[in-house]
Amino acid sequence: MTIAVARDVDQAPATPLIEVRGLVKHFYAPGGRIVHAVEDVDLTIGRGRIVGLVGESGSGKTTVGRTLLRLIEPTGGRMSFDGTDVFALSAREMRQWRRRMQIIFQDPFSSLNPRLTIRAIIAEALDTRGYAKGRARLDRTVELLELVGLSADHASRYPHEFSGGQRQRIGIARALAVEPDFIVADEPVSALDVSIQAQVLNLMEDLRRRLGLTMLFISHDLSVIAYACDEIVVMYLGRVMERGSSRDVRIAPLHPYSQALIAAAPVPDPSRRRVHVPLGGDIPSPIAPPSGCVFRTRCPKALPACAETVPPLTDVGQGRFVACLRVGAGGVSL
Amino acid sequence: MAATSTSMDAERGILAGLLRRPPAVAGLVVLVVIVALAIFASQVMPYPPGQLSIRSRLQGPSLLHLFGTDEFGRDVLSRTIHAGRISLAVGGTVVVVSALIGVTLGLFAGYFRRLDPPLSRLIDAMMAFPDILLAIALVAALGPSAVNVVLALGIVYAPRVARVVRASTLVIRELAYVEAARALGVPTPVILVRHVLRNLASPVMVQGSFIFANAILAEAGLSFLGVGVSPDIPTWGTMIAMGRQFMDQAGWIMWFPGVAIILSVMSLQLLGDALRDLLDPRLSRTT
Repeated sequence: MTIAVARDVDQAPATPLIEVRGLVKHFYAPGGRIVHAVEDVDLTIGRGRIVGLVGESGSGKTTVGRTLLRLIEPTGGRMSFDGTDVFALSAREMRQWRRRMQIIFQDPFSSLNPRLTIRAIIAEALDTRGYAKGRARLDRTVELLELVGLSADHASRYPHEFSGGQRQRIGIARALAVEPDFIVADEPVSALDVSIQAQVLNLMEDLRRRLGLTMLFISHDLSVIAYACDEIVVMYLGRVMERGSSRDVRIAPLHPYSQALIAAAPVPDPSRRRVHVPLGGDIPSPIAPPSGCVFRTRCPKALPACAETVPPLTDVGQGRFVACLRVGAGGVSL
Repeated sequence: MAATSTSMDAERGILAGLLRRPPAVAGLVVLVVIVALAIFASQVMPYPPGQLSIRSRLQGPSLLHLFGTDEFGRDVLSRTIHAGRISLAVGGTVVVVSALIGVTLGLFAGYFRRLDPPLSRLIDAMMAFPDILLAIALVAALGPSAVNVVLALGIVYAPRVARVVRASTLVIRELAYVEAARALGVPTPVILVRHVLRNLASPVMVQGSFIFANAILAEAGLSFLGVGVSPDIPTWGTMIAMGRQFMDQAGWIMWFPGVAIILSVMSLQLLGDALRDLLDPRLSRTT
């Protein structure tokens, strides 16, 4: 790895909670073909920070989230969580470790078992924290429901009695029940109505501040990421294209792919128009990714050289990293 | 929320949905009557089922003997009611046995990728045999008795349950709530029971109603062929087998148990059809 230690973006603490190095995930397709879902991804998440993972569908962002929790076993790489190499833990050790990391799901309808009451759903999570059946567990359930803006009398109901936004709150309460240090939020608001999205985002921001949560926030929606996150990591076809503070990436994206993504995001002010960089075609198949830079087939600035080498994620200063041959030191376009 | 109806919503409306379908109502009514007759057999039978009366043998239906009498002068109505007990009990236990075997096989095949190929091949191999033939072979191997008939039929029908359970498990396994449980570190056996099994109830119920119907028919067939329960125990199948010799002179000995088989099998099939339609989300949109 040629990656330098992440520079302080704002006031990132010296030891990050999560350090992922060289994460690789291959799936095996019929006929012995390999699906390169995630290739050589590095991630650093400081304590109490929210890092946003953005990219279009098929970019491998969800797979990254799942492998960090070992819901999918990684093919390669290391992940240091508070000093422990999580990928090296045995199944038994992992079971114990799981209470330190949780996940919030995209689909609030399939994330709750329709046959269990809300109380039973939360209880399952509290069980892993050693809450025995009884008064303390009930009190804690109510406390958690109130924490996410629901009330005690919701506990005896079934998931189908709730709206999407409420279900997402229940999913958040379940994740918080184990008092995790780290949460992967996998598209937590993209299945919700826009008006509800803001409520849930505010709730998450509030919880982050009150509980000091560290989060990996996965979304395809740049405006949501920009709102919720301190840092942005842009992924394309399993690789990281660009990484930097939320503000920098949003205002001055350096990688041509980030530029296209930002340009595609709607601007709330109709009088301000951005130069639109149309991105033709679809994301290529991860079974046969393009040689060299994986983005070159759709890149408006591609050079012949882009087909030859995989551009490394390079530190361009001010805590920004870009994987593009055409971006030099200081973020100057070459 | 109304637009996002879940399986729970669907289940609340099952009874209401059944009552809106005339064939299902007919099936339900007939089934309730048959089951009630079997349960209260000793109260409703006009004669003891084994009571011999050589003087009144082979009598046609009359006010005294509504369904006539058989070659030993036994009351066919009483025997048909009594036989219903055995036939329904055999059918019911076959459902339980096949569900136990089938759910276990299907659950393991569906949840554990490595077990799927061998288990699926086993299920396919079992389904390749004609039902009755496999049942006869099993009973022949185990020896004819009521318990072995139940066991044999349970094994014969288990693959049907297993196939349905496997298919549903493959779907449920990928749902987020199963992943959430894994993320919490919930042990796999608990996930299988709490999250997968509990959501399999509807498809198993549908299969169960069809297996019930098939098992009654198969038991009758086995008994008719002489490889079923002991000929001393009256079941609809043994009654038909015995009555066959007097088909020309006293057809009623086999008609009435035959009608009983047809009614119970049809009512279960109608009920099963309606249940399947109601529980299938692709079809329930039309209701």
